[in-house]
Amino acid sequence: MHPILARPGRLLPYLAACAPLAAIVTALLARPGGLFLGEAVALAVPLTVAYAFMGLSPWYLCRQFPLKRERILPIVLAHALAGAVIASLWVGLAALLAAGFGLIPAFQSLPGRFAGQAIALLAAGFLLYLLSAALNYVLLALEAASEAERREAELEILAREAELAALRAQIRPHFLFNCLNSISALASADPPKAQEMCVRLGEFLRKSLSVGERKTISVAEELALSRAYLQVEALRFGERLQVEEDLDERGDLCQLPPLLLQPLVENAVRHGVASLIEGGKVRVSVACSAGRLRILIENPLDPDAPARPGTGVGLANVRQRLAAKWGADGLFAAKRLADRYMVVISVPAEVAA
Amino acid sequence: MRSVPLGVLIVDDEAPARSILREHLAKVPGVRVLGECANGLEALRAAGELSPDVVFLDIEMPRLSGFEVLELLDPRIAAVFVTAYDEWAVKAFEVHAVDYVLKPFEPARIAAAVERARERLASRAPRDAAALAAAARPAGTWLERVVVRDGARVHIIPVDKLFAARAQDDYVELSSEGKTFLKAQTLASLAAALDPSRFVRVHRSHLVRVDAIARLETYAKGSYVAILTDGSRVPVSREGHARLKTLLG
Repeated sequence: MHPILARPGRLLPYLAACAPLAAIVTALLARPGGLFLGEAVALAVPLTVAYAFMGLSPWYLCRQFPLKRERILPIVLAHALAGAVIASLWVGLAALLAAGFGLIPAFQSLPGRFAGQAIALLAAGFLLYLLSAALNYVLLALEAASEAERREAELEILAREAELAALRAQIRPHFLFNCLNSISALASADPPKAQEMCVRLGEFLRKSLSVGERKTISVAEELALSRAYLQVEALRFGERLQVEEDLDERGDLCQLPPLLLQPLVENAVRHGVASLIEGGKVRVSVACSAGRLRILIENPLDPDAPARPGTGVGLANVRQRLAAKWGADGLFAAKRLADRYMVVISVPAEVAA
Repeated sequence: MRSVPLGVLIVDDEAPARSILREHLAKVPGVRVLGECANGLEALRAAGELSPDVVFLDIEMPRLSGFEVLELLDPRIAAVFVTAYDEWAVKAFEVHAVDYVLKPFEPARIAAAVERARERLASRAPRDAAALAAAARPAGTWLERVVVRDGARVHIIPVDKLFAARAQDDYVELSSEGKTFLKAQTLASLAAALDPSRFVRVHRSHLVRVDAIARLETYAKGSYVAILTDGSRVPVSREGHARLKTLLG
């Protein structure tokens, strides 16, 4: 439906805006040798109202034929044809009206005088059609712009929500309570280690809170955060937790949404290494080449372990955040093999301005 | 009257958690810590060798969860669960009157748990470990694997590989990939833990996984027999047939 007809409040102002058109049509009909002024007004008003509605029709054609440089010829032809049809219909309507007036004895000579003006009216109808088409194109462009704006705002909200979810998930109560318990254990058994754990935990929490505010952080900063987390976990898991990093210094400066990798590293520990009696190695590798940043996080897991509830939500969150920032260019894949689990992120390598 | 020292086994995969629990338990009068285990398999072995009166059991552990250990543990041993944060589990403990202590540990709470375990041992109250585990699962989630003890070995059967189960007095006989396993559990308790859209009680004493059924044959008037994909035959009662029909539409 045409946007002017879509909302009832728009119709009256639109018709009012067509009033000058009535004046033009009147002037056209009342040219010397044509109609008398009264006759011209009587004919021009219904014709203008009719055209006001006929003038909406290019909207559909405009939507069908969006303005594109490479398709200009078909666009011009289509509108020329439509303009000719609309103008002819309009003039036909005018002739009918004139004939109608001619039935009244006082206006007997009107149809004859009208015939002389028909060609001018046809030309005017055609030009009006072109004007209307142009206005409809402007209307379409405005709509497209507001649609794009709305979409962008939606993406922004999605990204914010994803960040909030990431922040909430960040400080998992389970993790905190376990840390507190470890600290209380170390406090008497190994006081220097208890102090170290307090420092590491403090460092991790501080970093988490400070980066959450920002839109993007560098890979180096994100990895530092993950490392702080892993150091805390190492105090709990001891020998069972090993970490291997395979870094690329070109990747260090690349930007990512904050707290994207850390939850993935945390999953690798909680659902991977922690599920194995002997523990295992979390592998983080970063590579940057051909304009793309690729990050792989891999962990071993217990083949008998059932799929953990909740991880799907976390992964969906990562996917959403990448999509919000890069659209189809932000790739994310998670794969469970028999005894390993891996997640891969591939995004355009973007360095902070 | 002097009470008998209570033998306690500590089961937690984190060394610092074990050491602080041992430290707190050492201060409770009448308690002797018999040993520490870092996972559920070790715990089952140690429980057999050391015959503890009470185990302090962590929930999240590698290979076997605390709930699975409880299912396989000698029912005469009292259990006190240990958890950092698990809303569902804590609710389940409250409902089933199972003792638990929260991390970080509070010494008084541990002493109280020991006291209650002592009372429980004296009263010999029965427990249903499977029902407890089911209550600790978030609503709408089902058992994903069944653990069975076979002497010193523990078998883990994913429900995808469980074909059927048959009631045998107080046991269920589970069939999976041509093998059968006996587990001390009632068929009703097992059926309650499994996803009702995948497992159907086709007979008073038989349960089958729906997608393991190859075909149904009429056995006699009003009774049927299900032929499973592994070739085994399971009787289907009139009620069981009706249940299958409702499920399969």
